[in-house]
Amino acid sequence: MKSLLSKDQVSMRDVFGETLLKLSLESDKVYAIDGDLANSTKIDAVAKGNPSRFLQMGIAEQNMMSVAAGLAATGLQPWAATFAAFLSKRAIDQIQVQIAQPKLDVKMIGAYSGLLTGVTGKTHQSLEDIAIFRSLANMVVLAPADSTEVGRMMEFAHKYEGPVYMRLARDPYPIIFNEDYHFEFGKAVHLKEGTDITIISTGTQTSRSLAAAEQLEADGISVAVIHMPTIKPLDKEAIVKAAENTGVIVTAEEHSIYGGLGSAVAEVLVEEKPVPMLRVGVKDLNSESAKNDDLLEKYEISSGHIVKRVKEALTKKNSSI
Amino acid sequence: MSTPLNEEKLSYLIEKSSKARHLIIQTVHHAGAGHIGGPMSASDVLVNLYFNEMNVNPENPADEQRDRFVLSKGHSAIGLYAVLALRGYFPIEELQTFDSLNSRLQAHPDMNTLPGLDMSTGSLGQGISAAVGMALGAKLQNKEFRTYCMIGDGESQEGQVWEAADIASKYKLDNLVVILDFNKLQQFGWQGKGASRATPINEPKQRWEAFGWHVIEIDGHNHQEISKALSHAREVTGKPVMIISNTVKGKGVSFMEGDYLWHSRIPTAEELSSASEELEMGVQK
Ligand SMILES: Cc1ncc(C[n+]2csc(CCOP(=O)(O)OP(=O)(O)O)c2C)c(N)n1
Repeated sequence: MKSLLSKDQVSMRDVFGETLLKLSLESDKVYAIDGDLANSTKIDAVAKGNPSRFLQMGIAEQNMMSVAAGLAATGLQPWAATFAAFLSKRAIDQIQVQIAQPKLDVKMIGAYSGLLTGVTGKTHQSLEDIAIFRSLANMVVLAPADSTEVGRMMEFAHKYEGPVYMRLARDPYPIIFNEDYHFEFGKAVHLKEGTDITIISTGTQTSRSLAAAEQLEADGISVAVIHMPTIKPLDKEAIVKAAENTGVIVTAEEHSIYGGLGSAVAEVLVEEKPVPMLRVGVKDLNSESAKNDDLLEKYEISSGHIVKRVKEALTKKNSSI
Repeated sequence: MSTPLNEEKLSYLIEKSSKARHLIIQTVHHAGAGHIGGPMSASDVLVNLYFNEMNVNPENPADEQRDRFVLSKGHSAIGLYAVLALRGYFPIEELQTFDSLNSRLQAHPDMNTLPGLDMSTGSLGQGISAAVGMALGAKLQNKEFRTYCMIGDGESQEGQVWEAADIASKYKLDNLVVILDFNKLQQFGWQGKGASRATPINEPKQRWEAFGWHVIEIDGHNHQEISKALSHAREVTGKPVMIISNTVKGKGVSFMEGDYLWHSRIPTAEELSSASEELEMGVQK
């Protein structure tokens, strides 16, 4: 089997910065909003390349998001970036009342999402952001799998009028999509066909799921892999079809098992097409600061853990027949 | 009235500061992660608190009567860990576990893992409010302990800092001392060279006074001034005390001083050795 994972690794945050700079040069209404993390989130690309479109709001996330709402209310399109942890938890009331409820055109970038945040520990990790943003009416929730998809999603988000949350990763990931990739809003991406089981993944877990699928194929298991770049609105049809085709599902996300993609998929399955499913995600635990590989192993979201969960799920499929 | 530190005590504190800075850069180099500039600007005040001012006992870190300390600018954790290790809370060798799996020394202070940490922090702006709660708790229960807290100047942009400032003066918390580590830099901030670079916060003295605090301004790298301010704070009644500690980010190593990029850069082996040399020279001066 040919690997779907390129050897080339690129950081989502680098492409985020470059793409936002490009958008700000093309469109009069695009502004970059920073909460004193520009050289981490890479929104500093706009500070350097188009400084009049860069607004520093200081370390004050609540104010920053309400200011963004005000800017949007005057017809501008602010792109506010900070760590996903602070965006989703520190400023969530402001986001709810002044961005989501009035459906204002603010783009929210949750940088350093998930577990791998550059050894900064549990205060800076973000394992709840999907659950939080997904629960807000009017909110679009996106989680790209690689840097190519980041650029395509941003072009979509720029044209889409309304609140969009995008969760990005800090470290480089293998390229999955080539230059022809077209991001289709609200649609699942079928990365690999298979007949025994379907893995539905999002964000950074998509490349780990592809790696897991390669290993499983070697063990004689035929695995379909579906990537969900749009977590909200969710492609229900694709989920139901996968359940019909393979009869068992495993979800994978760099997020808590509560409220994220796994929960969203389970909601669809329970109502539309109940089949056995298992989730890969961080259990009900606080994490810590440590090296990436150590965290992936201890908190059970490495590709090895996906392999393990797939095998467990298959036993459920067989026993439910 | 406070009496100046005698020569012996003064050189003792200076030596501890230098050791703390050494440990900071060594540990960050070893871990390949962590912050440098903020911990180095804070070192002298942290040393003075733990070796001169506060009533603490490393043998019994949970003593109910102990003074409390909250590092509100939690990203400077390694600065606090270095001082706690020197003070005997845990073996100095344990610093080598900083930021690695299962370590008690988390990237940001975790009160559940390491004895001696009085509050968990890391999300800026919150620590000072918890310190207000501790000082209020002492008053409500007629306890004698005092509460100390350190905030950053960038951190002072968080609205919560000013919400805390307001409540502390409403409840007349004269058992609370907050130190502003005024190093004039944050992580990225308002770029620009020299005077055109905006400081993280303007007119802190007027602001804190307007919030009803007793304000003292010092050179935060001078142990005489730090000790004097801390003992003066004990005499203030009816108001919380703000010590504006004028400092230099990256203090002690010339190529780190005043450069925002050293907020969280990792020193190379070469940088580590030239930094160590400079720190040793500094003590001999
Ligand atoms: C709520 C929150 N927002 C952002 C950050 C990320 N962050 C960590 S340190 C820092 C800069 C802090 O500047 P300052 O308070 O001046 O600290 P110092 O210069 O003394 O290191 C930022 C933005 C954070 N930890 N918490």
